[in-house]
Amino acid sequence: MTDSTNSDSRPGRHLDFGKVAKDLIVTALIATAIFGSTIAFRTVSAAGGLRLEVRYDLAFYVIAVVVIGRLLLWLFIWSKPPGTSAVEMPVSIKSGLAKVTAKVGKGFGPTMLMFALVFPFLPFTDRYLLDLSILILTYVMLGWGLNIVVGLAGLLDLGYVAFYAIGAYSYALLAQYFGFSFWMCLPLAGILAAFWGIILGFPVLRLRGDYLAIVTLAFGEIIRIVLLNWYQFTGGPDGLSGIPRPSFFGLPFSRGEGGFSDFFGFDYSSMHRIIFMYFLILALALLTNFVTNRLRRLPIGRAWEALREDEIACRSLGLNTTSVKLTAFAIGGMFAGFAGSFFATRQGFISPESFTFIESALILAIVVLGGMGSQVGVVIASIAMIGGFEVFREAEQFRMLIFGLAMVVIMIWRPRGLISTRIPSIFLKEKKAVSADMVAQGEGH
Amino acid sequence: MEYFLQQLINGITLGSIYGLIAIGYTMVYGIIGMINFAHGDIFMVSSFIALIVITALGLTISTGLGLTILALILVLVTAMVIASVYGWTTERLAYRPLRGSFRLAPLITAIGISIVLQNYIQITQGARVKPLQPIIADGYTIMTRVDANGEFAVQISNMQILIIVVTIILMTIFSLIIAKTSLGRAQRACEQDRKMASLLGINVDRTISMTFVMGAALAAVAGLMFLLYYGVIDFFIGFVAGVKAFTAAVLGGIGSLPGAMLGGLVIGLIETFWSAYFSIEYKDVAAFSMLAIVLIFLPQGLLGKPEVEKV
Repeated sequence: MTDSTNSDSRPGRHLDFGKVAKDLIVTALIATAIFGSTIAFRTVSAAGGLRLEVRYDLAFYVIAVVVIGRLLLWLFIWSKPPGTSAVEMPVSIKSGLAKVTAKVGKGFGPTMLMFALVFPFLPFTDRYLLDLSILILTYVMLGWGLNIVVGLAGLLDLGYVAFYAIGAYSYALLAQYFGFSFWMCLPLAGILAAFWGIILGFPVLRLRGDYLAIVTLAFGEIIRIVLLNWYQFTGGPDGLSGIPRPSFFGLPFSRGEGGFSDFFGFDYSSMHRIIFMYFLILALALLTNFVTNRLRRLPIGRAWEALREDEIACRSLGLNTTSVKLTAFAIGGMFAGFAGSFFATRQGFISPESFTFIESALILAIVVLGGMGSQVGVVIASIAMIGGFEVFREAEQFRMLIFGLAMVVIMIWRPRGLISTRIPSIFLKEKKAVSADMVAQGEGH
Repeated sequence: MEYFLQQLINGITLGSIYGLIAIGYTMVYGIIGMINFAHGDIFMVSSFIALIVITALGLTISTGLGLTILALILVLVTAMVIASVYGWTTERLAYRPLRGSFRLAPLITAIGISIVLQNYIQITQGARVKPLQPIIADGYTIMTRVDANGEFAVQISNMQILIIVVTIILMTIFSLIIAKTSLGRAQRACEQDRKMASLLGINVDRTISMTFVMGAALAAVAGLMFLLYYGVIDFFIGFVAGVKAFTAAVLGGIGSLPGAMLGGLVIGLIETFWSAYFSIEYKDVAAFSMLAIVLIFLPQGLLGKPEVEKV
């Protein structure tokens, strides 16, 4: 297993049996060390301490599967002669395919938007699907917000969920203490989150990539720990409940006089509020997307992308990198704040448990797997991730395991993300030639 | 004063554990410039393996001294070997295919591996906290004070002595490996310039693998120590310990071995003193704030070399 899979030492069409056998034995030994130790033995509580539970059979099956899987890889994939890839296509087909995908890519965004607009009124749409799409849209919005920080400005933020938490708690607390309505709190939550982005960003943004990542992670944890322990103010682990629901421009979604259904002469239905929520998050997400796309055409957006490509060059050209980074941080944080207050009003209950590191990791995974800087990629990745989560809802225990594995596998399969090409925001002549080439795999911006 | 001394001893013990984990981060970061996010979980896995071996051997407090030492050495070696296999395999499967890819890719797979390991242990070993009865008891009373509030004794337990001594021994061994052996030379060469090292005939891939193996082995030592010292483990200990150890590595100056140890001690001391004198709930906040403060005023860490930015 050590060096046998390197391309230069790959065997010809005929398998080198000695080599394969050796490799399989090594694989078996490694699998035994990994799975034999943790699957075969399990400590369980017993009278007066711990007792060992033994499951040799299960461990044996897992090891067997690993070894057989490796054997199959040898037989069917690694037995090809070097240099010929199984999926190599002629150039003409490749360019034709590229043209088709380019066309599909151009139409993809508007089609998705149309579908999203009519989705709540389709006959097969029920409450479950609508709830799921609200969840997906929330992640799309968070993904787009983080895309500003990670995808455009190239700043690695591992604590993005902190801004989401700040937005959610801002709304919940403002509503609880001052009785502010959702529509008043929404901008306030965004401003507060942006403000925190600046407070955090000001000292740490001069750090280089990975240091910044770890400081933002620490910041996310600090916010969570404070929320968890400041019992009098935030309710600690009990969270905050009874968060008011939004109204339709002053009309509450309630039964009877003065409600939304009464005013418009509909029959009362609990679906009205869900549909309203759906359009609310859709509008918020589209706002994020719109603002991002506009900002990219402004000097500040270009500065972000320049910063991502080469920070030293930016500084040499006289850009104030700190303020450029700060705006990215603040604007990204602001959208997370919006999403957070939407989350609070949708759930009606929030607690620090909703804002753990795993959420940050999930949002970051959506951005990176979608293809950093790609807006459409974020949508596809959100649908795949959150939808995938739902599909594996039955296998509660294995869900996160599969999620982690998927992250690894997709990353190795497509390190640049699902949609890996970008249209540069600005061109020096020959715009068409560049863009046609760059759009090869779908819409890039 | 006595209280302070007691906290100092506790802090150094905790700091030793952090330092051992931090070495894994600092070596990997030094050589390939990536945050091995799964390292904290390797530490967690190894503490579970140590627990399994201890339970299998039936080691308890009533076991004789000689047998206990023998058994603990066996536990340590097993945990180190298996943790090394884990470290080697994650490098081979999740990081090596992405070498030369863009900067964020290996970080994402590292987070993925971390999630996989946590949930794998949760499924195979159960989600509940695992308690272990103390195996090494007793200790020494250094000084006592009797005043109006009663008696206060400053104690150092045998367990704390063991942790500190083992840490010092291992630090010495690993420093010697880095300084004197050909493997250590290869590692330092790769750290300075990977391309040049490979041109000079160093097998870079193997050197990187060995770095992961060494880091994992030290994490396994920390895992066993953590298990013996605290007596409770669960599948989630790797995350917090990992973040703090990385904080320690950055604090000490990433890439520097003594720096990692020093950073570990500083983090351990800050955490212990904060819990002792202020509030136990906010001890993590104190440690993380320390990280931010140090990075702002001393970006290269306590013992790190100032980095020269090149175009």
